[in-house]
Formats: sequence, structure tokens, C-alpha cells
Amino acid sequence: MRQDHLITATQLSRDDIEAVLDRARAVADDPAAYADRHAGTVLALCFFEPSTRTRMSFDSAAKRLGIDTIDMGDVDSSSVSKGESLSDTVRVIEGYADALVLRHPSEGAATLAAENVSVPVVNAGDGAGQHPSQTLLDLHTIRENHGLDDLTVGIMGDLKYGRTVHSLASALTNFDVNQHFISPPSLRLPRSVRFDLHETGAQVREHEDLDDVIEDLDVLYVTRIQKERFPDENEYHRVAGEYRIDADTLEAAPDHLSVMHPLPRVDEIAPDVDKTDHARYFEQAHNGIPVRMALLDTLLENADPDADEGIEVDR
Amino acid sequence: MSDHELRVSKIRNGTVIDHVEGGQALNVLAILGIDGSEGLGVSVGMNVPSDRLGRKDIVKVEDRELSQSEVDVLSLIAPEASINIIREFEVVEKSRVTRPDSVTGVLSCPNRNCITNTEEPVETRFEVVADGVRCDYCSTILRADIADHIDV
Ligand SMILES: [Zn+2]
Repeated sequence: MRQDHLITATQLSRDDIEAVLDRARAVADDPAAYADRHAGTVLALCFFEPSTRTRMSFDSAAKRLGIDTIDMGDVDSSSVSKGESLSDTVRVIEGYADALVLRHPSEGAATLAAENVSVPVVNAGDGAGQHPSQTLLDLHTIRENHGLDDLTVGIMGDLKYGRTVHSLASALTNFDVNQHFISPPSLRLPRSVRFDLHETGAQVREHEDLDDVIEDLDVLYVTRIQKERFPDENEYHRVAGEYRIDADTLEAAPDHLSVMHPLPRVDEIAPDVDKTDHARYFEQAHNGIPVRMALLDTLLENADPDADEGIEVDR
Repeated sequence: MSDHELRVSKIRNGTVIDHVEGGQALNVLAILGIDGSEGLGVSVGMNVPSDRLGRKDIVKVEDRELSQSEVDVLSLIAPEASINIIREFEVVEKSRVTRPDSVTGVLSCPNRNCITNTEEPVETRFEVVADGVRCDYCSTILRADIADHIDV
């Protein structure tokens, strides 16, 4: 991967993705070999929006590479609430760290941050935009279970606001994957994502009903439909109920179907699915560690001219 | 200049924007940030018969020449437009607009949750795509509604 930052999944080529996932596999096979690789480097965790899970996952991945982490703490207590711009904040933190991980409520925040600093920036979620490290771990999970070619993937739930969905859908266009999108009409894919998919020649097949496609799926990726998206609570309960799955729903699915979810789930996947062979979401969450280790390892290596076999790194 | 343009009086110094798609003249003025309060002499011809466009609009602005970023945005709503710079009643420069690869600082992003719509010290930047423009920050695509998002 010759990237200086990881901002969107659309920036990643098939080669980029495979290089990180190969490395993630190597990390998972022999974590000890990576234990002190980046001793003496510091990673800043800049979360302008709470996300304990993602923050812990990056923190753990960094520490397993020998990286120290610093954390700007809760947003309320930082200078953000005093009105400092993101551009200024990241320019200051750049002096404290060798790379930044950024979670921010506004779309495009990571792009802006990357324009303001010369250390690698990893987008850990920007509003309803992108969450590309989640995508890499999703792809890793799919690849380890099914490979990434000649595959049919269904993505279900909130496709409009779900950033994990946007990143995953665009990354999957690098592979020979049929994608089906299952959602209520009000939560269909946004225009910009649809545009990207059409640009790559991918077909966008949209459905309102999972039953239309479940028999054909190798992977079913479920996302949460959030209450805030609906003006009316009754409407929310009615719609969300139609996109909930349980063990009975999966009777119609092929035996090898993997059910995935970026977690946390609320009730869109019933607990009785956990006991079936379809459940892959905890494995998926655990894959965050080797994948984020591989990602940080790659970006720090790219950012270090000495490690780059004499090729000038444009920083 | 065609005979039809004589309906609108000649200007001494300024810019004539010709071959604007019929109905877009007021949007052209919006791009230029002209609403009359500047005291500039402005004449507008709307739905003038044209061989090339069927119907076209013409905008004449006295004592004003256009910046490159204004021409860039103009090209998005009036791709066939020609721009004539007038000095002492003579056309001293005539050019067709060309579609730029990107437009910086003129349009505002329609996505309210975009980082460019916060207090950040950042100019908007849009990539020009097939039939519209796309925000470099949040990827939102702006099509027919470009004129509504001109930031002047
Ligand atoms: Zn935007």
C-alpha cells in the first residue's frame, strides 16, 4: 500500500487491500513477530465523538506493535469545546505523535485533517461518511471465510446513513462480488455512493425484502436502523421490525452463509443466531486487532523514508 | 455579434457573456454576485433567438471583468457561453468557457454536516464530474441545483 493516509475506502485499490489483508493474516499467525516493531513511536487517538469500541481497538492494536498511545480524552473537557478549529487541533497534536487516528462528527473531517498535517491520518469515522478501517476488517473476515471472488453479498439495514456500508460497498467493487442492498425505501444508498458504484461498473441491486435474495447470499451484512432517522416512533418500530433477523429467518439461507454486523447490535440480530454456524460478528470484531495492526504497521512504514528502500516518500 | 444582440445597448467597458443557455441569465448574475446594489450597469437579454442554442440569454455588465473562478462556475451552468471583454466599445478578448477539473471557493456544500460548513478555516473544493460537481470533503454531488449553492 503506497498510501500516506487512510481516509476513504474509495482510495484503496485491490492491491492496496490485499497487501494489508495479507499482512493482517501474517500478524494473526505470528503476533509475537510484530510485538516491538514500532517501539518508540506514538499514536494520537483523537475522538471528537464518543466511540469506546473503535478507540479501544486502535489502542490495543497500537500497543501490540509496541506503539505508545496518547488520547485527547473526552471532547467536553478538551479545547474543542472552547472553539478551537479541527485544523488547529490536529496541527498541534501532530507535534506530539507519529500518526493520528481521527473520529469526528462532520463528513470530510479526516480529509481536512490530512491536508493540515504531514503524519499519517487514519479516518476512524467521519459523520455519515466513511469508516475505512472497519471496511478492512470486514473484508478480512469475508476473505478468511469465503475468499473475495465469485461471491454474493447482501448489505441490509440503514444504507443511507451507515458509514460502514458506504465504505464496504465501494471497497467490494474491487472484487468479483455481486452486491445486493436491502433496506426500507427511506434508507436507500445515498446518491454519492450509488454514483461511485456505477462509475466502477458495479450493478446496484436494491430490494425491500430480504426473502428476495437470501437463498443466493454468501454473506449477509446487517446494520442497525436507528430511531433518530425516523420522525415518528411507531414508524421506526414498524420499519425496524421488518429488518430484524433470527434463526428462523436464516432457515432459507445456504448453510455456508456468514452473518456479519459492525456491532454494537441492539435487536436487529436475535441472540438465537449466535448459536448458529452463521454468526460471524464476534470473530469480525476480533479481527479489528490484526487488521488495525497491519494498517498502522503499513502507514508507519510508508511514513519512514529509511524503511522505504531508498524511494523518496512524498510527505 | 448578431443582430439580436443589438436589442441590448452596446457597452463601453466591461464584459458581455453571450450564448448563455436560455433561462440561466439570472444565475449568471448570481455567480457574479451582482444584484444591482453595486451600481454597475447591467443589461440582460432573455430568450433571444439563437442559431446555436435555439434560445439564449445574454448578460452585459459594465466596468466589470471576470475572475477565473467565476468563469469556472459559469461554465457549469452555461457550458456554451462565450465571454467578450469590452474596452472602449471594442471586443478586445473573446473566449469560450471550458469546464475546469475543479472549482475552489465559489460553491457551498449542500450537505449541512460537511466539514466545510463548520467554523473551520477551509475553502470549499468541488471536483467537476460527469453532470455536476462533487465535494472533495464529503463526496456530496451537486447537479441541477448548482446555482442555488453559489457562495457570494
Ligand atoms: Zn461537502
